[in-house]
Amino acid sequence: MGAAPLAVSVEEAQKTFRIPHQQYHTIKERALHPFRSRSYDEFHALTDVSLGVQRGEFFGVVGRNGSGKSTLLKCIAGIYQLDGGTISVEGRLSPFIELGVGFNPDLAAEDNVVINAVMMGLSRAEARRRFEEVVAFAELEEFVDLKLKNYSSGMTVRLGFAVATQVDADVLLVDEVLAVGDASFQQKCFEVFQRLKDAGKTIVLVTHDMGLVERFCDRAMLIERGRVVSVGDPHDIGVLYNQVNFGTLAPDLPVAATGERPVDIRTCRVEVAGEPVGEVPHGETLDVVFEARFAERVEHPVFGVLLRNEAGQTVVATTTAWSQRETGVFDAGETATVRLQLDAWFGPGRYSITPSVARQGLGSDMLDLRENMATVILSSTRDSGGLIDPPHRFDIERAQVRTP
Amino acid sequence: MTLESRTVTGGIVVGDYRRFLTLTWTLAVIEWKVRFYGSVLGYVWQLGRPFAFFGVIYVVFTQVIDLGSDVKNYGVYILFALVLFNFFAEVTNACVRSLLTRENLLRKISFPRLAIPMSVTLTGLFNLGGTLVAVFIFAAISGVYPDFSWLQLVPLVFLLAVLACGVGMLLSVLFVRYRDVEPIWEVFTQILFYATPVLYVTTLVDPCCRQEYTLQPLASIMVQMRHAVVDGTAPTLAAELGHDWLILVPVMIVAGAFALGLWAFNREAPKIAEYL
Repeated sequence: MGAAPLAVSVEEAQKTFRIPHQQYHTIKERALHPFRSRSYDEFHALTDVSLGVQRGEFFGVVGRNGSGKSTLLKCIAGIYQLDGGTISVEGRLSPFIELGVGFNPDLAAEDNVVINAVMMGLSRAEARRRFEEVVAFAELEEFVDLKLKNYSSGMTVRLGFAVATQVDADVLLVDEVLAVGDASFQQKCFEVFQRLKDAGKTIVLVTHDMGLVERFCDRAMLIERGRVVSVGDPHDIGVLYNQVNFGTLAPDLPVAATGERPVDIRTCRVEVAGEPVGEVPHGETLDVVFEARFAERVEHPVFGVLLRNEAGQTVVATTTAWSQRETGVFDAGETATVRLQLDAWFGPGRYSITPSVARQGLGSDMLDLRENMATVILSSTRDSGGLIDPPHRFDIERAQVRTP
Repeated sequence: MTLESRTVTGGIVVGDYRRFLTLTWTLAVIEWKVRFYGSVLGYVWQLGRPFAFFGVIYVVFTQVIDLGSDVKNYGVYILFALVLFNFFAEVTNACVRSLLTRENLLRKISFPRLAIPMSVTLTGLFNLGGTLVAVFIFAAISGVYPDFSWLQLVPLVFLLAVLACGVGMLLSVLFVRYRDVEPIWEVFTQILFYATPVLYVTTLVDPCCRQEYTLQPLASIMVQMRHAVVDGTAPTLAAELGHDWLILVPVMIVAGAFALGLWAFNREAPKIAEYL
């Protein structure tokens, strides 16, 4: 074989859904309107989609809701049939694209693990033998006898993910995982991804989380209205994704003569009391920490941090330009560790963090900006529904009643 | 390298045969377990429910109405016939909605679609097995004891299961397109109930069209069951039909129904996930 072998190759895939103007489900309706039922809209879910995923590659597929990314995954998985084009898969394909398929809320963990594992191709005996392992991984030892409907959504996802790790397939298709789960479990999931990647498995991941894509994917693809917009470096795809998603044009980043960015934001994380975390309880003081390496001398750069919620609304946007102009002079090769401290007074949910470094001065001469580089989950015992939930106090006084 | 290349199709039996069987079995067991979920007595109801039900039927048809003083072991016949017919009715009616209720599976995972109607049939067989135990006990109380001829129940139940599964496959894919299938089949089940010797025996049917009547596979199965299990002096199916070779007719109808069901299911299976 000459070029690297393709694990998944899709050629000019076409998928069209027919959406009747009105659904005719009964014979009477069909008899009364024999011709009207013929009218339908065609929805082109996939148009000329071609892609090749190499063996051992971690491939990200990103796109807005309804862009066709899940349809593509379902076509690869064999759940939907293509209307045109071909898809071929080398090696054993994991048939599932979502966690916990077949879970029954009325049954306890063991039955659910067995049914889920069997759905994915394991034998019953094998599923039973691996049960202990699955439960240990999911950290649900104390809850094995509990019916699944009494599990929290996080626990259910953990169980589903734990079973999924038991599947030995060469090609894994994964749709939107890790949306739930606490920090320690997310870390475990990352470890599994890393392990699969190291083991040379091919993984196709559909997600909104650009942080995840940039962290793990070798390449990524942006899909919009059923067409491939671009395939390439995860970071570039991430920037493109935000343009499409938020309609905001991300700045073009300058490229130095060496082909390197003048500033490279390498890591971004959230810390509480000096410890990296993925989840922050409401009201806690957190640090957004990012490291930027300078490839050229920059005087007093402007560091910025943007926090967006799940709806894409900017909740916090701040830069050092507001508070301190003197951030220091950084020579080529130096690394700045930027630490932004703030109190987590936001409503519960998932926040994405976009760190940036810009040159001092008017106008934004952006040196580096990493869209949604990190995410943090804000947990709270209550959800007021408000965007933010700052400390507050009610005072209620009784109006003076005149005594006779 | 032992890589195999394949083009994704998503037919009825994707992947290996073993996975299909494991899946069918697991789905059937789970369905059966969930059935008695939340009841205090649990599996006891598997026997208790038919027992209570049979008590009523038995008393009504042997003491109150007393249709069959000239029919030997009439009460026991009704029990057996009722249990077999209920199996058929339960499986076919459960098949109707089977694809829709498992939408979450069909839309999220690629697996042999045939496992769904097959597992419904299997769950029906589990229930039938449990209920038959109760029937055997009732039969023994009424003085009908097991005999080697009872072994004929095995091929009879097999034929019935094949028929139910074939009809079930057809109904399940039809229901995805036409929701009318559900009420229509409910009515049709009622018609079949009276067109099948459950509450009466074939020997009471007007001789003019008894032969044609007995060719209906459900009736054929009941006739042979009566001879083999309830009353050795009752006519066999061959005797009732007049010619030995006529037995092939109901068998062919069963095979034809299964083939038709399989063909329809096979045709629709790859697109089921989209139509749900």
